[in-house]
Amino acid sequence: MKNWPNIDKSRLSGKGAKGWLSLALPGSLLIALLIIWEMAVHLSGIEKWLLPSPSLILKSLWETKDLILHHSLQTLYEALLGLVIAVLVGVLIAIMIDLSTRIRQAVYPLLVVSQTIPIIAVAPLLMIWFGYGMTTKILVVALVCFFPIAVNLADGFRLVDQEMIRLLASMGASKGQMFRMVKLPAALPFFFSGMRIAGTYSVMGAVIGEWLGASRGLGIFMTRSSQSFLTDRVFASILVIVFLSLIIFGLIEGMARWLMPWHRRSDFK
Amino acid sequence: MPVKLQISQLRKSFGEGNQNQVLALDRVSMSVGKNEFVGLIGPSGSGKSSLLDILAGLSLPDTGEILMDGKSLLGRKGEVSYMPQSDVLFPWRTILDNVTIPMEVAGIPRKEARKEAMGLLPTFGLESFAESYPKMLSGGMRQRASFLRTFLCKKDMMLLDEPFGKLDALTRMQMQEWLLDMWQKFQHAVLFVTHDVEEAILLCDRIYVLSARPGRVLGEVEVNLPRPRTSVMSTNSDFIRLKRNLLEMLKEGTGH
Ligand SMILES: Nc1ncnc2c1ncn2[C@@H]1O[C@H](COP(=O)(O)OP(=O)(O)OP(=O)(O)O)[C@@H](O)[C@H]1O
Ligand SMILES: [Mg+2]
Repeated sequence: MKNWPNIDKSRLSGKGAKGWLSLALPGSLLIALLIIWEMAVHLSGIEKWLLPSPSLILKSLWETKDLILHHSLQTLYEALLGLVIAVLVGVLIAIMIDLSTRIRQAVYPLLVVSQTIPIIAVAPLLMIWFGYGMTTKILVVALVCFFPIAVNLADGFRLVDQEMIRLLASMGASKGQMFRMVKLPAALPFFFSGMRIAGTYSVMGAVIGEWLGASRGLGIFMTRSSQSFLTDRVFASILVIVFLSLIIFGLIEGMARWLMPWHRRSDFK
Repeated sequence: MPVKLQISQLRKSFGEGNQNQVLALDRVSMSVGKNEFVGLIGPSGSGKSSLLDILAGLSLPDTGEILMDGKSLLGRKGEVSYMPQSDVLFPWRTILDNVTIPMEVAGIPRKEARKEAMGLLPTFGLESFAESYPKMLSGGMRQRASFLRTFLCKKDMMLLDEPFGKLDALTRMQMQEWLLDMWQKFQHAVLFVTHDVEEAILLCDRIYVLSARPGRVLGEVEVNLPRPRTSVMSTNSDFIRLKRNLLEMLKEGTGH
């Protein structure tokens, strides 16, 4: 047919200067706070085992880098493995909850109540049952992480747009086709909201597990350091924990972008 | 003309209990012939979309029967090409992947489906948006995509719920022409819901008028204008007479 108006495609891009600011603003605030910290430590002459200066922490991080790497790898490994188990269990629970209202009514409240049990209280039990090995740590991570995944994904399945389901139904689509073509993609953003929360919890879960006793890992490294008043090392470990969490978060974010090209994080929330 | 679709004494209500029950359709009977183009107009809330939902097998009437090709259509899905009132595009699929949905459901190989859809995109002014996501499109473009998707359902009974409501005058005309072309070529039956009396006269062989809620058939009007029709005809005296006729019927039915 004839001439269609030339629609400008600028809606395709977007972003620009705003993305740059969102890094620069918190970055400069952080640097300012670090400078104040550094100066305060030097001016007040506070003991370094009470509060080491940022420069001392960095120095200590550099000097113990081999040791910290040794422990970090263990923690990262536990966190990732626990996360994988959490995803499997979480997805399974979400699908089960979605299958029938009865199962939802039975499982959902118990699931929520189970989250009020502090993990700190459960960890020693796991220790008794599974010993000081890696299994305990992985289980702690999985226990902390499966909940946000299961609940978010179940919400995603439940909130799916009924009009799309009806459209497919009018075409004579099967239940399986509806699940694959509508429910699954519609729930993906919810799944990844859960994953972001789970990802940030995962390193923490591993560290808590190691705290109670381990031969290797950042948790035990921190415990030993604080017992010997090597406060700079404690701070160095915290830095590394933040870094590990960011790595996992980045992996999840990358996966989200890859799996949901239609979905920009900026449009969500 | 042999009958394609026969609707008899349809009644549909929504809600439970006696107080909040809404009667949407009451004793609705109508028919659509094989390769007939039938219009359905009525005020907002007269149950047009509810009727199409029932025809698409998405909901069941309280009482009444629908026969298509002599067989009951009640609750049977996948028998008609249905274009809902809202565009219902899947945000995670590109426009091309959206319009091929019915072919995917039917199990047609992806490559073949894409090829056929690609060939039709230019007609709908969507060729440069094949790989775009729906949220990048205007309302009118989304409606065209939804229309193309309906067409690709390839059933010989088409239900269109205000398919051109969001289009500008020129685009609307082009789409109407295309629809008439396709209708003449494929000879399928069409049930076309619209608010626009002129559009109904321009396109249809016959027009049913529904009353305000509860929707009842107020009457039907034969459109005996020769085909092919063009928008120039809207000044023709027969056209004007039909239009006055329909508008009066509508006015009566709303009780104003
Ligand atoms: N799922 C539903 N639940 C309850 N009431 C409904 C439902 N669907 C439709 N109705 C009611 O039935 C009546 C007819 O609605 P319907 O959408 O069929 O009208 P319509 O003729 O398509 O209107 P419009 O021209 O505005 O699209 C309305 O009063 C509406 O409130
Ligand atoms: Mg409607």
